[in-house]
Amino acid sequence: MRKIIGIILLIIIAWGIIISLQNVPFGTSRSEVADRYINKGVEETGAANIVTSVVVNYRSLDTLGEVTILFLAAIGLGAVLATTIRKEDRDTEKASLILSTGCKFLFPFILLFGAYIFIHGHLTPGGGFQGGAIIASAFLLMYLGCHNEKRINETGIIISESLGGLVFVIIGLIGLAVGTHHFLNNFMPKGEFNTLLSAGIIPIIYIAIGFKVGSELSRIIDQLMEES
Amino acid sequence: MIFIVSFLVIAMLAAAISAYFFKDLLSAVIASYMVSLIAAVLFYLLQAPDVAIAEASIGAALVTAVFVIAIRRTRRHEE
Repeated sequence: MRKIIGIILLIIIAWGIIISLQNVPFGTSRSEVADRYINKGVEETGAANIVTSVVVNYRSLDTLGEVTILFLAAIGLGAVLATTIRKEDRDTEKASLILSTGCKFLFPFILLFGAYIFIHGHLTPGGGFQGGAIIASAFLLMYLGCHNEKRINETGIIISESLGGLVFVIIGLIGLAVGTHHFLNNFMPKGEFNTLLSAGIIPIIYIAIGFKVGSELSRIIDQLMEES
Repeated sequence: MIFIVSFLVIAMLAAAISAYFFKDLLSAVIASYMVSLIAAVLFYLLQAPDVAIAEASIGAALVTAVFVIAIRRTRRHEE
């Protein structure tokens, strides 16, 4: 009986989708805002990477919301994990010398690569979120390779996370006072196209996002590894 | 190009279906890791390198690690 009701519901949903899609011509561009981004994006924002110009310039308020969601998720995870009773230390085999030395050798290079990704967010593919995730994976490698040998400095990570969020919001608030007087407008000079110091506030905001995302994800990994 | 993309899509579908059927949860996590990895390669081939970096670092690396840690703290086999 339940299966029959499910099939009937599926047919009704499929019929609704067919009805609503019948008037949409396929194969033609329906989105005018995408044309605007592609044709005017470089001129208006000064960023060589159009994806970045959409994420941090045209839709930067959405990015602030995303960062806030990640922050709340990290806080929720911390609250859940803080209440669990810590287990007795299991017998863990120490990592071999080759593994731990290899991890220690690779760690600064992965950090450097993550920093490169978010500093060059307005020129090459990538940005704050990607660079932050790569930095967190460097910390994950460190936790896996050198088990319980080193820990992340808790205070430092809270400071870098808070600074990232503060810089993002303060730059947005400065935009209210100068330039075109709306939140997070690109008030700084655009600079020379396709150089590191260009595109106004975009690189500053992406560096702030990179610090914030990197420290949040690293702290999530720190809390998970601590409990297990 | 079309052959590479279709091969990758078929491999991705196979990995996704096997992730559903595996009773050993560690194997299921590795299969879902394969889905993320192939998705990252596909994003790169379809000229979306920004998304490819995000998928490779978050979908393939961090999510897999979180799942493996969760399995270590609970049970390995599905009943």
